[in-house]
Amino acid sequence: MTDEPLQPTTPEQRPLTGAFRPDRQALDIAEYEAAGGYGALRRALRDMAPGDVTQAVSDSGLRGRGGAGYATGRKWSFVPMGADAPPVKYVVCNGDEMEPGSFKDRFLIEGSPHLLIEGMALACYAIGASTGYIFVRAQYDKPYALLSRALDDARERGYLGERILGTDFSLEINLHMSVGRYMCGEASGMLNALQSDRANPRWRPPHMASAGLWSRPTVINNVESLCCVPGIVTLGPERWRALGLTDEGGTRICGVSGRAQRTGAWELPVGTPLREMIEGLAGGMRDGYRLRAVLPGGASTPFIPAADIDIPMDFDHMKKAGYGLGTGTALLVDDSVCPVGLTLNLLRFFAQESCGWCTPCWAGLPWAVSVLSDIEEGRGRPEQLDLLEEQCWFMGEEMCFCDLAPSATKPLRTALKLFRDDFDRHIAEGRCSYRHDRPAAGAGPAGARPAATGPLGGRPLPSAPPPPRRPGGLPGLAPERAR
Amino acid sequence: MLTDDERAAIEATMHHYPHREAAAAGALRTVQRSRGYLSDEALADVGELLGLTVDELDSRATFFNMLFRRPVGRHVILICDSDCCYVMAYEQMRDHIAARLGVGLGETTPDGRFTFLPIVCLAQCDHAPAMQIDEDFYGDLTPERIDEILASYD
Repeated sequence: MTDEPLQPTTPEQRPLTGAFRPDRQALDIAEYEAAGGYGALRRALRDMAPGDVTQAVSDSGLRGRGGAGYATGRKWSFVPMGADAPPVKYVVCNGDEMEPGSFKDRFLIEGSPHLLIEGMALACYAIGASTGYIFVRAQYDKPYALLSRALDDARERGYLGERILGTDFSLEINLHMSVGRYMCGEASGMLNALQSDRANPRWRPPHMASAGLWSRPTVINNVESLCCVPGIVTLGPERWRALGLTDEGGTRICGVSGRAQRTGAWELPVGTPLREMIEGLAGGMRDGYRLRAVLPGGASTPFIPAADIDIPMDFDHMKKAGYGLGTGTALLVDDSVCPVGLTLNLLRFFAQESCGWCTPCWAGLPWAVSVLSDIEEGRGRPEQLDLLEEQCWFMGEEMCFCDLAPSATKPLRTALKLFRDDFDRHIAEGRCSYRHDRPAAGAGPAGARPAATGPLGGRPLPSAPPPPRRPGGLPGLAPERAR
Repeated sequence: MLTDDERAAIEATMHHYPHREAAAAGALRTVQRSRGYLSDEALADVGELLGLTVDELDSRATFFNMLFRRPVGRHVILICDSDCCYVMAYEQMRDHIAARLGVGLGETTPDGRFTFLPIVCLAQCDHAPAMQIDEDFYGDLTPERIDEILASYD
C-alpha cells in the first residue's frame, strides 16, 4: 500500500483503500467525507428501501471476508423483516482478528475507521437493526481508540443516533473490547463473549438470523465484509463486481508475510493469481530462499504447493483446486523452514485455543500435538503418520461442534501429503535436520533450544496422549499462561 | 470495594447492553487495569455491582487469556508464537528475552518489572517476528532491537 507505483489498479478501482492517506494515518471524518464518505449512507437512506440494500449486496456477489466465504447478502436475507418481525435485531462486527497470519482488519480500521462505521450503518439499515456492536480484539487498543473517536465524530455529524439524516432510521453502535481467546472469533462464540459468557460455541439451530445475541435476530460480519458495503452501494453492484477478475467480483485485501522481498497488504481485484501478488507486489523471495509452499489465508487453510500458485485468489477457484482462500493474507513457506515444525506450531495453536467443549477437539488436538512433537524431536515412528491421518478424520467437520478442530486438519492433512518426504526423513533419521543443519542466526526457525524444553520454555510436552481433563483449555497451557 | 473511578468507568459501559451482567468482561478489564490483576476481592467487588457471584466471574476470568488472576509485573511482554513469527525465527527472540530477563514464559522478573507471556498472532505478520509490551507493538525484532526496547521501560 505504501508502494503506490506498484499497485496494479488506480485508486478509483480500490473502493476500500483508494482514499487512504499516503502516510497510512487514519482518515478523519472531514477527509473521509471529502473522499465521498457517508455518500452511500445518504443515498441508501434517501433512495433505497432496506430490502434494496440487501439485494444490492446479494447482486454484488460479496462473500464473507472472515474466511468462510459465505454470501453476505444471503446471510442478511434470512433476517425476518416487516411488521411481524421482532422489534430488536442486532448487527455484530467481527473485529476479533486472531487468525494466525491475518492482518487485514487492523490495516483497514487503522486506515479508515469511518469506512467500517458506514458499512455497519448500511448493514443495520438493511436488516432493520437499531443497535450494532463492534467486537474488537483485546490487543487492539489503537484501533479501539480510533473507532471510539470516529463514532463520536459520526454521532456529532448526525450519521449515528436518533433519526439519522432526518429519516426514521435510528442507530447506536457500541464498541466491545474483547478480553482475549481465539474462540471469540467463532460467530456463536462471539455472541456468548458479547454477553460476557464463556466463548463456547452454540448449537445450531436456532440460527442466529432468528435467535442470536440475547436470542434476537443477529447478523455477524467480518470487518472487511462490512467495509465493502459502502463501495457496493456507491458504485452499484454491477460496477463493483466488475472490479474483480473472475466471476466472484469485487476487490479484497490480500497480503504477504514470510521471507519475501517486500511484505505487506494490498487491495487487489478478486481473482488475482497468487503468483502475481507473490512475484509482482512482494517482489518474490529474498535472495537465497526458495518458495516451497503458501499458507494462503491463515492457519485454517490448506498448504498450497509452490507449483500451484497460478490459481486465481477467489473462493471458488481455490475450492475447486482443493485448497481454500481463508482471509487472503498469505504466509510464504521457504526452504529454510522445517515443515514438520511449522505444522506442529499450527496444531499447538489450535490445541491451546480449543475451548474444551467437545471431545474430538479437546482430546484430538493435544494428541496430534504430542505425535507431531515426537516426530519433530526425533522420537517418531512410521505408523504415527497413519495415526495423524486418522486424527484428521476424527476431528472432521461432522464430528465437532464448531469449526476449530476441523480447521486444524486442513494444514495438517495437506502437510502430510505435501511434505511427506520431510516427515519420513525426520522419522528415519530420528532428528530434525533443519534444526541441526542450519543453526546459524536468521537461517530459519533454528535457535539453540535445549532438547528437554517444552513449547512454552520449560514445561516438557507429554509424549503419550494426555489424560482427560476438565473443559476450559489445556492445564499447563492456556489458563496458566494468562495467570 | 470498587473505587469511584472504577465504578464510574464500569457504569459508563453498562447502558451499552440490555442486561448489566453483559458488562462483566469490560468491568473485569477495567478493574484489572487499575489494580494490575484480578484478586478474589476484585471479583467480589465487580460481582456486587453487576449481580454476579464470584464463581460466575471466575468462570470468565479463567477462560479469557487477557484476564490475569495472579499478579503481573509493571509491564507485560507478549511475544507472538504463531506461524508467521515461527517462520521468521521468533524462537531466537523468545530465548533472547528469556535470557535477558532471567525468566521463562509465564514468569515475572523478581524486581516486578516485566511479566513474560506468549500470545497468539498479533497481526503484525508483515513485520514478523513481533511482540507487544503493554499497548505498544514492536515488529522486525532482532536481539539488538529487543535490548533497546526493553531498556526503554522502567
